[in-house]
Amino acid sequence: MASQAVTPPLAGGGRAVRTLPLVGPSVGVLLVWMIVPLAMTLWFSLQRYNLLSPAEKVFSGLENYKFLLTDPSLFTAMGHTLQLVGAVLVLSVVLGTLFAILFDQDFYGQGVARLFVIAPFFVMPTVSALIWKNLLMHPENGLFAFITSSLGLGVIDWFTNYPLTAIIIVVAWQWVPFATLILLTAIQSLSGEQVEAARMDGAKPLSMFWFIILPHLLRPITVVVMIETIFLLTVFAEILVTTSGGPGDATTTLTYLIYLRALVEWDVGGASAGGVIAIVLANIVAFFLVRTVARNLDT
Amino acid sequence: MHSLPRLFALAALAAVSTLAAAQTKLTIATVNNSDMIIMQKLSPKFEQATGIKLDWVVLEENALRQKVTTDIATKGGSFDIITIGAYETPIWGKKGWLVPVDDLGADYDYADILEPVKNGLSSEGKLYAVPFYAESSFTFYRKDLFEKAGLKMPEQPNYDEIKTFADKLTDPKAGIYGICLRGKPGWGENMAYLTTLVNSNGGKWFDQKWQPQLTSPEWKQSLAFYVDLMKRDGPKGATANGHNENRALFATGKCAMWIDATSAAGYIFNPKDSQVADKTWFAKSPTGTFKGGSGWAWAWALGIPTSSKQSAEAKKFLKWATSKEYIVMVGESQGWVSAPPGTRKSTYANENYKKAAPFADVVLAAILAADPTKATRDPVPYTGVQFVAIPEFQGIGTTVGQSVAAALAGSQTVDQALATAQAAAERTMKQAGYIK
Repeated sequence: MASQAVTPPLAGGGRAVRTLPLVGPSVGVLLVWMIVPLAMTLWFSLQRYNLLSPAEKVFSGLENYKFLLTDPSLFTAMGHTLQLVGAVLVLSVVLGTLFAILFDQDFYGQGVARLFVIAPFFVMPTVSALIWKNLLMHPENGLFAFITSSLGLGVIDWFTNYPLTAIIIVVAWQWVPFATLILLTAIQSLSGEQVEAARMDGAKPLSMFWFIILPHLLRPITVVVMIETIFLLTVFAEILVTTSGGPGDATTTLTYLIYLRALVEWDVGGASAGGVIAIVLANIVAFFLVRTVARNLDT
Repeated sequence: MHSLPRLFALAALAAVSTLAAAQTKLTIATVNNSDMIIMQKLSPKFEQATGIKLDWVVLEENALRQKVTTDIATKGGSFDIITIGAYETPIWGKKGWLVPVDDLGADYDYADILEPVKNGLSSEGKLYAVPFYAESSFTFYRKDLFEKAGLKMPEQPNYDEIKTFADKLTDPKAGIYGICLRGKPGWGENMAYLTTLVNSNGGKWFDQKWQPQLTSPEWKQSLAFYVDLMKRDGPKGATANGHNENRALFATGKCAMWIDATSAAGYIFNPKDSQVADKTWFAKSPTGTFKGGSGWAWAWALGIPTSSKQSAEAKKFLKWATSKEYIVMVGESQGWVSAPPGTRKSTYANENYKKAAPFADVVLAAILAADPTKATRDPVPYTGVQFVAIPEFQGIGTTVGQSVAAALAGSQTVDQALATAQAAAERTMKQAGYIK
């Protein structure tokens, strides 16, 4: 790719056109767009401000942070966030790759099947959470309970006994289609000549997968990982609808914890402090991600 | 860039049009339960009579609470009439966020409103919201199942009897659970029920110095009893069951007993909604060693935020929707069993209502008995039967509710759950400055 699309730099290192006046306004707007809410969050995080007693609003320095960082529930929530994001990423990349290869094959009804496999991505999170909670995983009325009990295996109460696993399954069900979609289009761009050549050299399907398809998919996989991480860090509706963060704090993620502080306890200061911590955490993740992705995209 | 001026023009236009419309339009925020839906259905009559237009925002309970609280706390002024509960009304009234509503006119007949309900919606002698419907809690039971098992439900059961009944009536083969209770975490869900159980066992949320009491023997005894009872005789997946889920279970004939809101009686006894309408009867809420505080006191009421610019018009609607005439109108057009319960003496004196609602007298007695100032055995610094009327309680109640659900799910022991809950409650109370 590097050989075709490079604008030759002018002598003196400048470009042919001065782009700053063109890019400037939008960069400025974006900056304001980001800075204002961030500054407000930082400001509120230094206040003792409960929405239900606005009269007692005072500057409290780092007290909110002190309170939050000594709260054992913060670290469990962070742990749950990482487990959720990690598990869904692994599931969607592995299953996404397999589905992509499967649906790349020619078979009868391929178009319809592709449509079905991608469909869950277009279901709203609250709706899919309700479907899983009430129609599939419900211990009384659910399909899973019906299947296992008619096989004489007993019933699993998913959201009570394996709450985090259940949520991981629900979220993965939504995001595997996305990975499939990206990876399927990537596979379709794999050059037929390359495959043909490998086959003539006697490559078996398994080595074809390892040495031809997977390296070709590396770049789209990093894209999938990056985009999904951004969205998975903020997963909320699925938790609210199914378990409300429980039982206990078994499914309270960082996002849900901030929600609890802000809209159940009305503690604006504490919630803002939680928000700042979430921003820091997300930036650490983003830092490593961007570095690996950038390296991958360079080659 | 040409779109920017156009955007401004649009915004200005929108501002002008809302100003123009504001002369005659009232925005009402309300909760999506059946009584409010009926109110919305009947409201064109009010619009015709007064020429005032109504704009409805109908939301699920938690969503409503979030919207209304943020709006009123930030003086947003988006609503002219809000639907609030017995928990918020006195707190917000005291803060000056609500317009007092004791001046709806002599023909409104304040003396007709039930005394405990009126007290629950007042602060320092001023009424801050008018009750739309009110409820307490009591025990629903299936008389056919009791008869078959040769059992007799006393008029006022205690918890030992409830446990014996539940054990006997549980029949997994027939798909009958001995008892259904709330398990879904939330201060208005599982904690509403559990607090009445704790009250019955002589427990309390806070002592006189605002020290949380969640690790006291009374709480341990109550939670252990609840978890054990639900494990033996309750439905599967109980931590997901709130009021609505349990109501559906009972109405489809899966529960032999159910301790919950009296306001659900209208639904359970309505053959259109329920399969057990002719097989259900009721008893008072069970008691333990302490006889008070076993039935909760709740009301949904209509109030006017001080940020509304049309409080005079809003009062007209309040008067219309909570009047005697409105209750008669609902009774006549929707069937008397659906009339909004628990607010007025005249409803319970009405022969039509008594005939349609066999539970009327028991409900009235339960509501009159639920006194938010005498709900605990020991003296406490707070009021409220199933809640504590301080702003921090929403947060504390929800956190404790989570721990209780964890104990019910079996992922924590009773002692662990209560220790976690106690620690969280202490933190919040310290942060809020109650405990030095």
